[in-house]
Amino acid sequence: MNNLKVILNGIVKENPTFVLLLGMCPTLGTTSSAINGMSMGLATMAVLIFSNLLISLIKNLVPDMVRIPCYIVVIASLVTILQMCMQAFVPDLYATLGLFIPLIVVNCIILGRAEAFAAKNGPIASMCDGIGIGIGFTLALTLLGSVRELLGTGKIFNLALVPEDYGMLVFVLAPGAFIALGYLIAIVNRIKKA
Amino acid sequence: MEYLLIFITAVFVNNIVLSQFLGICPFLGVSKKVETASGMGAAVAFVLTLATIVTYLLQKYVLDVCGLGYLQTIVFILVIAALVQMVEIILKKVSPALYQALGVFLPLITTNCCILGVAILVANGTYNAQGLEPNLLTGVVFAFSTALGFALALIVFAGIREQLSLVKLPKGMQGMPIALVTAGLLAMAFMGFSGVDKGLARLFGL
Repeated sequence: MNNLKVILNGIVKENPTFVLLLGMCPTLGTTSSAINGMSMGLATMAVLIFSNLLISLIKNLVPDMVRIPCYIVVIASLVTILQMCMQAFVPDLYATLGLFIPLIVVNCIILGRAEAFAAKNGPIASMCDGIGIGIGFTLALTLLGSVRELLGTGKIFNLALVPEDYGMLVFVLAPGAFIALGYLIAIVNRIKKA
Repeated sequence: MEYLLIFITAVFVNNIVLSQFLGICPFLGVSKKVETASGMGAAVAFVLTLATIVTYLLQKYVLDVCGLGYLQTIVFILVIAALVQMVEIILKKVSPALYQALGVFLPLITTNCCILGVAILVANGTYNAQGLEPNLLTGVVFAFSTALGFALALIVFAGIREQLSLVKLPKGMQGMPIALVTAGLLAMAFMGFSGVDKGLARLFGL
């Protein structure tokens, strides 16, 4: 029951994109379509679950002074494993997301959760936190990707909803990312206050 | 001339923040005042250039030679973290004035993704070298120009936000949402530069 609460907390109350405002680079850079956003979210979630698990297991072995470098090495190793798996099994996706895969290392969500949650809680709870935050991040990226894809090309997950002529190309390009995310956060703020 | 073209492309046409989406965290985080924005810009320019040189040499003479290419991410992030720490210690001894000015921003730079991003781009040679062979010199020019582009975007954005703080806004838009929309408009303005690089290349006869 408690673990379920931890998962829900990550999805709604501490949603990394809309509430904590962490990990903005991949959020803006990889959401030109719904499918890209979702893949980036899932890749980050995979790293986050295992980094939270490993860090909560080693937290008592690592001296306090050098804990941040140790966490970074753990995260970087996991990202390298992910990189190799993606290169082997989904090369097209790896090519699309490109530089943003190795950059998961410096995603503040992962180090932030390691420091704020995994360093203080047991392995099972930490994994649940990773799952919750990961799902929250994936949902946020998918939502932003869908909005941009719909406004930009009239499609969602490559499913045409509106004739392509009505698309506003700017939403697929860089400025649209900033503007769409700005308005989505404004809407979330409005709902939270109500 | 090619170097000038690399410079202009990296600063204006492919601005690292506004069209490549790297380094968004400091771009949104430390852009409330022009003064702090310039401090951050200078610190990034310094560390980015240094980190690019060190990581390029490591990739070329250690990782490639030993066939350890897959260790790239782990090695680079450790090198950058160590480098930032070292720069901090050296600056403290050699130039306390500069250390005072950059002070707070130096440790923050380790997690700035534009440092790792540019280091990987230069080490893999996957940036636009305008027809030149990607080597250490073009890499350094590219890295320094990219950092200047980052500083430019950061300072312009901070100037706009200083003005914005005097304006009355609807409740929901306060804080991050209006900052993001402003950044979007700024990115749109920078889109005006797209195509300039090709025009210049023709002008220079490349």
